[in-house]
Parts: sequence; structure tokens; C-alpha cells
Amino acid sequence: MTIAAAQSNPTPAILPGSGGMRGALSDLFWRRPKLLLLLMLLPPLLWLGIVYIGSLFALLLQSFFSIDEFSGLINRQFTLKTYGDLLQAANLDIILRTVTMAALVTLASAIIAFPIAYYAARYARGRWKALFYLGVMLPLWSSYLVKIYAWKLILAKEGILTWLLAKLNLLWLLDGWLSLPVVGGNSLSVSFTGTFIVFVYVWLPFMILPVQAALERVPGNLVEASSDLGASPGQTFRNVLFPLALPGIVAGSIFTFSLTLGDYIIPQIIGTSRLFIGQAVYSQQGTAGNIPLAAAFTVVPIVIMGFYLWGAKRMGAFDAL
Amino acid sequence: MTSAVSFKQVSRHFGSVRAVDAVDLDIVPGEFFAMLGPSGSGKTTCLRLIAGFEQPTTGSISIFGERAEGVPPYRRNVNTVFQDYALFPHLNVLDNVAYGLMVKGVGKAERLKAAEEALSLVRLPGYGARRPGQLSGGQRQRVALARALVNQPKVLLLDEPLGALDLKLRENMQEELKSLQKVLGITFVFVTHDQGEALSMADRIAVFNDGKIMQVGTPEDIYQRPNTRFVADFVGSSNVLPPVFVQRYSGQHRWGSLRPESIRVSSAASGDGVAARLVGTNYLGATTRLALDADGLRLHAVVPAGMALPAEGEAVMLTFNRDSLHLMDEPA
Amino acid sequence: MRSDRGQSAPLGLKVAAACGLLFLHLPILLIFVYAFTTEEKSFVWPPPGLTTQWFAATWNRPDVWDALSLSVRVAAISTAIALVLGTLCAAAVSQTRFFGREAISLLVILPIALPGIITGIALRSAFALADIPFSFWTIVLGHATFCVVVVYNNAVARFRRTSGSMIEASMDLGADGFQTFRHVVLPNIATALLAGGMLAFALSFDEVIVTTFTAGQQQTVPIWMLEELIRPRQRPVTNVVAMVVVLVTLLPILFAYYLTRDGDQIAGSGK
Repeated sequence: MTIAAAQSNPTPAILPGSGGMRGALSDLFWRRPKLLLLLMLLPPLLWLGIVYIGSLFALLLQSFFSIDEFSGLINRQFTLKTYGDLLQAANLDIILRTVTMAALVTLASAIIAFPIAYYAARYARGRWKALFYLGVMLPLWSSYLVKIYAWKLILAKEGILTWLLAKLNLLWLLDGWLSLPVVGGNSLSVSFTGTFIVFVYVWLPFMILPVQAALERVPGNLVEASSDLGASPGQTFRNVLFPLALPGIVAGSIFTFSLTLGDYIIPQIIGTSRLFIGQAVYSQQGTAGNIPLAAAFTVVPIVIMGFYLWGAKRMGAFDAL
Repeated sequence: MTSAVSFKQVSRHFGSVRAVDAVDLDIVPGEFFAMLGPSGSGKTTCLRLIAGFEQPTTGSISIFGERAEGVPPYRRNVNTVFQDYALFPHLNVLDNVAYGLMVKGVGKAERLKAAEEALSLVRLPGYGARRPGQLSGGQRQRVALARALVNQPKVLLLDEPLGALDLKLRENMQEELKSLQKVLGITFVFVTHDQGEALSMADRIAVFNDGKIMQVGTPEDIYQRPNTRFVADFVGSSNVLPPVFVQRYSGQHRWGSLRPESIRVSSAASGDGVAARLVGTNYLGATTRLALDADGLRLHAVVPAGMALPAEGEAVMLTFNRDSLHLMDEPA
Repeated sequence: MRSDRGQSAPLGLKVAAACGLLFLHLPILLIFVYAFTTEEKSFVWPPPGLTTQWFAATWNRPDVWDALSLSVRVAAISTAIALVLGTLCAAAVSQTRFFGREAISLLVILPIALPGIITGIALRSAFALADIPFSFWTIVLGHATFCVVVVYNNAVARFRRTSGSMIEASMDLGADGFQTFRHVVLPNIATALLAGGMLAFALSFDEVIVTTFTAGQQQTVPIWMLEELIRPRQRPVTNVVAMVVVLVTLLPILFAYYLTRDGDQIAGSGK
């Protein structure tokens, strides 16, 4: 088998096929790459197309059914009556409350996320960079319920936060806050303030990652150039950093906004008895058995997120995902 | 004698783009054949047609007399050295080289022995245990070469294999490839956009432009006797002379070419020759390249360095041997 | 932002970043302390005493074991399905350019981009319409659907880094499609698939929102915890389970990070 013998290489230029099933199949796929592509795509498309998209359409379809108020049975005839029910004052109240909460949570997440993302993108190097990355990744992936549970422990009347404020002689501040209307309550764990804190906590990593990704792409000398030209740190932030980080913030807000709109567990465990969209959907389909109204309720976040994504795409936020 | 590779009216279209357009080509067994042309001229597509990565839209290809259309790459006894080498990062060097034998079912001891031998051939003995990532560009290139040669291909295809190497390394590799090809006697088909590389290495050259072969011939043919303005210009930047000019010296109304080194430049203000003005000089080391303006016609001349030169802007007289004026086939 | 090597950050920024990270991590650490508290009825701080007796108590609870076993089985099967579907999809999308590949990327990401409650109620109402009773398999159906995306993201990133000429080189050297897959493609994407599988497992193991809609009477670990949060029976046991859950999800994440650390950097961005 020496290579130098190749001068008088007697082997044919075209080798015979390896024969058998494998050879034939391999040749077929090589000749018809589209067939192979189709075979590769078929299982995932069938799964997602039928199981997932099919279910979504079934859900949408049901929002055009109505419920018979006397028998509680579902009337499978096309009607807009359910959407009429959706527009009742009580339901609009739920929608408004949820959207306000989502907006506040998004804003707070952006404010807390920015310094972390900025530090990780601009100053952290090597080992510290990895540490920052894991420092965001681990809370992101830690159990959702455990995180909520941890806050139940913290916010409880007898919990660590009360204890800490008592040590600092700041209990009057907590009591003052809890006596306020809307945001207050018996204790933090049964107030909107508590719901808000937990939402921010749970969705914060989803904001940090895209903001960091956007900031990584800002050349460092841009910031120096700005201060070189005599801009104060505040001006540099407003005129250089913030506009460049904005696509990342918008990308992150897609998560914080969408997740808050659809969540029903956090306000159920930490919050008041007033409902959010997620809870309304859950109780309508569960205890009330009103699947059409529940379906109509889910259309609300879908529509809001549709507009949101459309706007975000126009701002170029998807490049930061 | 059957051709090593034969193209008959081969075209390859990508949508409306004719990457290869009705090409006829015959490569002789055992020769070092270069396909030269600018990027997008169809030379790489031709290489891929021989390897089997592309199929001709029309026309027929045969390799050593056997029809190759519809034959997948893995059933062609033809191997390729890729431009980016395409070494397998998950295998060590020895396993990379032995890959072709492994998939053909050659036993482990035998294939590792052959791979070790191939590594010696490309002067990398004992590098088998390393990973491709630990090698320099030149070493990777040799591994890619050994990986192809170990299969004893009937034809070896090389896609711009020296493109990523620095100048010194490139010159060494040129010599090595040339002598390797002589020793092995395998047909080499080499794609390049570097005319110097093609001229110094190949037995024959095909010059590509726009999906077509403009000219096929020995390096001397191509260099001394370009048949079209494109070839004259692309291979070593000949002076292309318009028919009106050529008619004055040869009596024929045809396009002509004149190599820059064939032009003699003197500062005499009169005499038998072409009156011109020196508009620029470009020092190249061993030679100096002069830009000249002969009554609106831009010409270049290459003269030995150290020759006394007139100042820029001065009038000069150009002379050349009538024999060095080459008449091209391209219609006027 | 690469030009600031050695330059140190303003103090205000350091403090803000440190506070942000503490905010993210302290609550989770608190769980570890509560697992040892002697207090049974309330969440009082500081713990009146420390004990390990609740670990033994948890160990002897059959309902915890049942939930754990169900969660592991669901996560394993969902991960296996997601690995197959996600890899196929990633291979198709990244190896070829064809009409509609953007739509396919969107389709894969949708189950995780829309709020979980929508996926959940959509599946539930579809099961109701099709008269499918709740079972182990209805949970798996839901989990596999949203796990596809993490495998897909990891595999796509790796395919993008894998040189396309490697597949051509393999075929050039005489390997047919199957040999090329076995000897070149698979070894090159293996660690990305392992990382994707780890993340898919963690995602499934932790999922609660979709599961509440697709499970009948069965309890996965998160469902069990949710029950305990709403109607507490034995708080110390919940504390211990919470701590164990944190540890169990931590390990696959760290391992997935380790597997993809040189380059991909997207291991978790699919969640």
C-alpha cells in the first residue's frame, strides 16, 4: 500500500457502490437532497405543527364559542358574545392591572439589570466574566417555585425582612408603606408590593442577558471618545450608552413583559385577592368551567405581545436576543 | 490515450447565473494542470464538478474514461485538498490521515501504518498524535495533502491550497508540491487566482473568465502568446495594443500584445520607434516598472534596476523587436 | 467593549452591580438555612434552632418519592424526544437554505416565547376536544414541545461553528452519508447535544405552569411544591425539598456551561 506505487494505480476511477440498503439509501439522499431535508423536517414539523399550532388554533376557535349560563354547557356555535363578556368592567380592570404591573416590572428590571450588564460587559475579564455569566445563569435556571418560595420566607410577617428592619429601627417605614392604599396590605406577602418584588426578582436575569449582549457590541473607545469630547458621565450615558443599550433593553423587556402578562402562580402565592390575567384564565377554565372566556382572555396577551414584538422588531431588538 | 478528466460541453447554472458555461476540457494523465482565473470565473466550480460536489446542468464529465455524472463524491477515486484544509477537529492527525482508509474498511494496523507513511511523505513524521488545532497553517496544509494522498487517488484536486500561507512558506510549498507530483505521477488539478503560481508550477494552464475557458496551453504559450486581451492582461499584465497600433508594425488589423520586458526605453528624442512620455516609475527591486504614455495609449515597460532613467514627464523613445509583438486571435 | 483592560470601574457602578447580584443570590441561599430550622409552623427568622431531622422525615415521605420519580421519568422522556426533534430541525435549518427557514425557527421558539399559560390551556383544551384523558403521556407531550427549543438553540450554534467543508471532506474521502454522520457530524455536535439535553432536562424538571394544565391527578415535584405552597401540610419538608430541587437543577446547568464554554455562550439563553 505504498503511495509511490500510485503511478501504475490499477484501481478504477469510479468505485462501485457499497451495495445493500445503506449504499442505496445514501446514494438516494445524495441525489435528492430535498428528500433528505423533507425527512429531517417532517418529524419536528408534524410535532410542533399538529400538537402545538393545532392546539393554539383549537383554543382560538373556542374563544368564539359561548357558555350556556343555565346549564354550564359549551355552545359550539360561532358568536362574539364571549368577547363581549371580556369587555365587562371587572375584566377590563384585570387587564389594566396586569398591563400596569408588567410595565412597572419591566422598568424596574431594566434599572437593576443595567449596572450588572454594564459591569459584566465592560469591566469583567476572564475568570470574573465567567463568574458573572454563571451568576446570572444560575438564578435564571434555578427552580421557579423555589424562588417564589424563598420570597414567601423573606416577606412573611415573621420573616427576615421584618427582623432586619426591626434591627435597623426602620419598622415605622414598613408599617407606613403597608398602610398606603393599593400597594399596601396586611404584610408584604399579601400586597401588590410583594407581587411586584417577586416578579422583578424572577424575571431579572431575562433582562440582564440581552442588555449585556447589546453592550458587548459597543466599542469601549466610544465611551472614551464621548468623555474626551467633554461630555459628563450623565451625558455620556444619555447620549451614547443608553441609545446603544436600548435594543438589548427592548429585547429583555419582551421577556419581562410577556412573562408577567401570562403568570398566574406568583400573584396567587404572594399577593392580594385581586386577579391578574393569568389567574383569570386559570379560574375561568378551572372552577368556572368557562373555557370560551378563558380562551378569549388568552387572546389579550397574544395581541399585546404581537404589537410589542412588531414594535421591537422595528427597533432592531431581535439582533440582541 | 484516455484523458484523466474530460469535460464535454459542461455547464453549471445556479439559477440564472452561468457559473460554468459550455466548457470543453481534457486533462492528460500524470500532468500538473492549473485552472487560473479571477474569483467568480468558474474555476472552483469546475473543480467541484470533478470532485462530485456539484453536478453539471448539461454536458458530460468523465474521469479516466468513466462517466461521472450522478456519481456521488464518495464513489469517485478523486481526492481534494480544501482551501480551508477541512481537517476534522475531533480526530488527531494520524486518524485524520487514516480517515479515508477507515471508511473503506481497511484494518486498523494497516491503515495507521499507511497514514504514518503518508505523513513522512509530506515531511511530518511523528506528528500523528497532535490535534489539528495545535499545528501551524503550513503543517495543516501538509496534513490535508497526506490525508488525500493516502487514498492513492487517480486525480488530486487542490483548491487554492497555498492561499492562506505567507509568501516564504508559499514558495517552499510550490517547489514541494511540484516535486511530489513528479515522484507520485498522480494527475494534479490545481485551482489558483495567482498567475505566478500557475506559471511556475503547472505543466499546462487553463485560463478562466466568466464561466468559460479563454485559453489552454503551456505556461510559455499563455505568457508569450495570449490569445485574447483578457489573457494578456490577466497573466502578467501584458500591454494590450489596439488594432490601429498593431497595423502600423505588422500590417495586420488585429489586437496585439507586447510584454513589458520586451520594450526598450531610450531617452533619444528622435529615431525609429514609438514616441512616448514617461509618466511614472515604480521600483520593484530587481526591476523597475515604467508607466508610459504613447500618444494617449498607456503602456508599461519593465527595465533592469539601476538603468539610467529619464526624469518623469520627459519624452522617451520606445523600441521593440517585431517578433515580440504577438497577434491575438480575438477579432478586432 | 474590549479596550478597557486594567481600567477599574467607578465605585458607584461596582456597588450597584454587587447589590444586583446579591439580590439575585441571597434569596436562594436563604433556602439552605431554612432546610435546617427547628421551627415547624411559621417562617420565623432567625431560626430558633438547627436540626437535620427534616431530611430523615422527607426521606420517609412516599409522596415526595412518587413526585420525584414521575418528574425524572417525564424529564428523561421529554428530553429524548426533544433531542431527536431539535437536532433534526437544527440540521435541516443550518445545513441548507430553503424557503421558510425563518418560519421554522419561529415555530420552534414560539412554545417558549408565548406565556406558559397559553401553551398550557391550549394543550388542555385540545386534549378535551380530542377526548384524550390525562396521563403520563399528556405531561410528556407538553414538556417535549417546549424543550425542543433549548436543544435546537445549542445544536444550531454548534452547526454554525462547524465548517461546512468538513462534510464535503468526509464524502470526498469516501464516506457515504451515514458514515459521514457517524464519524464526522455526530462527534462534532455531541457536546452541544449533551448540553442541550442537560438544559432540556432541567427545564422539564422545573416546569410547573404547563404541567398544571396537562397533568391529571399525578404530581411532579413542582406540582407537589405548588400544592404545599397553597395548602401547607408540613413546612419543614417543603424546605428540604426546595433545597434538594435547587441542587438537582444546579448540576446540569453547571455541566452544560462547562460543555459549551468555549464559544457557544448561548447554553441558557433558550429558557
